[in-house]
Amino acid sequence: MTPPDYEYLRKLLKDHSGLDLSADKQYLIESRLLPLSRKCGVPGIGELVQKMKGGSSSIIAQVVEAMTTNETFFFRDKVPFEHFRDAIMPDVLKARASRKSIRIWCAAGSTGQEPYSLAMSLKEMGAALAGWRVEIIATDLSTEVLEKSKSGVYSQFEVQRGLPIQLLVKYFKQNGELWQISPELRAMVQHRQLNLLHDFSQLGTFDIIFCRNVLIYFDQDTKINIFGRLAKAMESDGFLVLGAAETVVGLTDVFKPFPDKRGLYRPSGARAASPLGATSMPKFVAMAGR
Amino acid sequence: MKTCLVVDDSSVVRKIARRILEDMDFQITEAEDGEQALEACRSAMPTAVLLDWNMPVMDGYEFLGHLRRLPGGDAPKVVFCTTENGMDHISRALHAGANEYIMKPFDKDIVAAKFQEVGLVALNEQSPV
Repeated sequence: MTPPDYEYLRKLLKDHSGLDLSADKQYLIESRLLPLSRKCGVPGIGELVQKMKGGSSSIIAQVVEAMTTNETFFFRDKVPFEHFRDAIMPDVLKARASRKSIRIWCAAGSTGQEPYSLAMSLKEMGAALAGWRVEIIATDLSTEVLEKSKSGVYSQFEVQRGLPIQLLVKYFKQNGELWQISPELRAMVQHRQLNLLHDFSQLGTFDIIFCRNVLIYFDQDTKINIFGRLAKAMESDGFLVLGAAETVVGLTDVFKPFPDKRGLYRPSGARAASPLGATSMPKFVAMAGR
Repeated sequence: MKTCLVVDDSSVVRKIARRILEDMDFQITEAEDGEQALEACRSAMPTAVLLDWNMPVMDGYEFLGHLRRLPGGDAPKVVFCTTENGMDHISRALHAGANEYIMKPFDKDIVAAKFQEVGLVALNEQSPV
């Protein structure tokens, strides 16, 4: 890939999705876009860039989608799901004892492994949740991954990464080489296409937000803006879960780290500072046709 | 020292598994069938067993039954690694006391994930992107 092509793609991705690639992410572009080049019938990334410069909005949309789709697997990183079971849920069960309803948002739900991991965790809690209403909303920028998430169908390779065999046997049905998660678990997850750069207040208020491994793509101002709006979309005693490489520290004081639980945050009660905070929308170009 | 007994009638599979598991700091012994594996367990109980299903002389399922009845035979973590990829086989294996189950083909990531699952390997934080 030539340096001008790389710069072109960097700028385009930043403008269309907020994805902020550092100067050394050529390998990431190549690994994601070479398969797309082949799909589009061109030999390489240079030709793909030519098509994009020619104004093919469908190719631009596909490039953005390919680049923003994250690798994911069941119970990714394990620790956040231990926090969910051992710290978050006991607290929420107490705090919502009279309301008996919980709303959870997976803000980068991708192909469904994270929302379904949460659904399985909830199922494993058994009687503790009897009579409760639990909503899991999975959102993603990419409609393609949301379709896969809705179907709940995974390859043999995918179900062997992070999913304990007992849970596979309990919650999946086999169909040849493919495995589909049970209708009961699929019914626990609602799907919505959403760009985190856009207003998401219509989703309502949540008790728990998983927003993992997506903010790493954004520049600092965008991160601060999103944190401000996440805080507004959360109950004052809610929980925010970030990815292993992400933090609010040094960026915003609307969330504070939860003691001794890495990656776990709670609203601090502080108001987001203007103009970077809750009320201002980022000034990026909206994705065409989305 | 963590030890893993690799049981498979294919020398190629044993070699691949050995390489992966040695990278995960296991000391490896090998067996070509269930009977050899049982013999190995009688002389020294391993920390883990990576176990094929279909083998001559004694298959992996029968071996597992015998292993779990040996003194100290409930200790090793047993991870099946087989082309028997049907739900019925997986259920039978778990019922007989298997701890995890790998459906072939497998790679290093799957072995590592499954050994983490049964607590034999410390969890490494996955690095994003």
